[in-house]
Amino acid sequence: MKASASIVVVILGAVLIFCSFGFPPWGDPESAASRHVSPYYIEKSIDDTSVPNIVTAVLADYRGYDTMFETIVIFTAGIACIFLLRTRTRRRTDTRLYRHISTGITLRIEKGGKFPADSVDFERIDSVWVPYDLIVKTTCRLIVPFIQLFALYVIAHGHHSPGGGFQGGVILGAAMLLIAVAFDLRSAKRRLSEKTAAFLGTLGVVIYAGTGILCVLLDANYLDYSALAPLLGVDPITARSHGILIVEIGVGIAVMAVMVMLYYNISSAGRQDEGL
Amino acid sequence: MVASESMTIAYANYWVFVVLMLIGLYAVIAKKNLTKRVIGLNILQTAVILFYISIGVKQKATIPIIVHGHEASHAAIDASGYINPLPHVLMLTAIVVAVATLGVALALIIKIYQQYGTLEEDEILEKCRKANEQI
Repeated sequence: MKASASIVVVILGAVLIFCSFGFPPWGDPESAASRHVSPYYIEKSIDDTSVPNIVTAVLADYRGYDTMFETIVIFTAGIACIFLLRTRTRRRTDTRLYRHISTGITLRIEKGGKFPADSVDFERIDSVWVPYDLIVKTTCRLIVPFIQLFALYVIAHGHHSPGGGFQGGVILGAAMLLIAVAFDLRSAKRRLSEKTAAFLGTLGVVIYAGTGILCVLLDANYLDYSALAPLLGVDPITARSHGILIVEIGVGIAVMAVMVMLYYNISSAGRQDEGL
Repeated sequence: MVASESMTIAYANYWVFVVLMLIGLYAVIAKKNLTKRVIGLNILQTAVILFYISIGVKQKATIPIIVHGHEASHAAIDASGYINPLPHVLMLTAIVVAVATLGVALALIIKIYQQYGTLEEDEILEKCRKANEQI
């Protein structure tokens, strides 16, 4: 198996390296990829959309359909993960572990007994024992707001600097995952519950698709944001810039929600009671 | 000597991607553990993404963000001064979709592990064969 795999891989490698000489040299400004549509995007995008970042303009305006369905693919992946994994069955041994915070003594409680949730002396811990780590928790508590602020900056400033909905959404999701890793899955779910995540994922896709439908209702093509000009009170070119921002916000919300949904389900194998 | 050196510079990046892709492909073919196969697929995907990005490079060009000032009329834009934005757009979405599909792959792996108690492909096939014989 391994020998035959090596032979296949080596033959394919030889073919690919032989073919690589047919490609344009590295950094060739005259390569075929750089001569077809990309000069139009580079020269005209700021006149068409008033967005200096060409990547954002192409992503959300010229190739708006592509990006919308990419968002739907991501959303579908999140939904698929829920359908594959989510179960309502509890673990067979219904024991809970509580830790007395100041002394570190761990209590094991069986048959469904539990402490009141607002107890300040005790905290519930996962069945795989983890040490009480003040430094990690405090650092994450301090750093998470700044990560989220940076994510909002990346989304909102995507017109003028590298950034946009996908990147900002992933950073927002990462901030949520940091809470889930540093505390536990239950703390993360108290802040962003499973249902809220599913709702936000849907909302993001609806914002994107709804913007397109709004354009159709205003007598233009689907996702032609210049039709939004009367609604936003600006000229059609600036309206395209604002339309890009609206759909980027939708993409950011959807990506954040899907990252959270994926983590919740995969880390707990669908039970969503105890994470990593 | 000069010719071979310039040729190395011109094509070495493609060779790196070929090697990276073959590492991924080898993992997909030869490894029996399903998690390792998914990792191999991801390495292969990374090679393709890097390949696309490297196609967009132009020498003596900057990132595809047009230099502009407030209320200043911009000069005519020369396409050779900015790198090709199109591969960046395509790969930007591809990276996030790769993460999402990786999530689905891991979910499937968890289900397989719950069903068979192993992630080794030959052991799974063995268990499937035994289950079929009993029927």
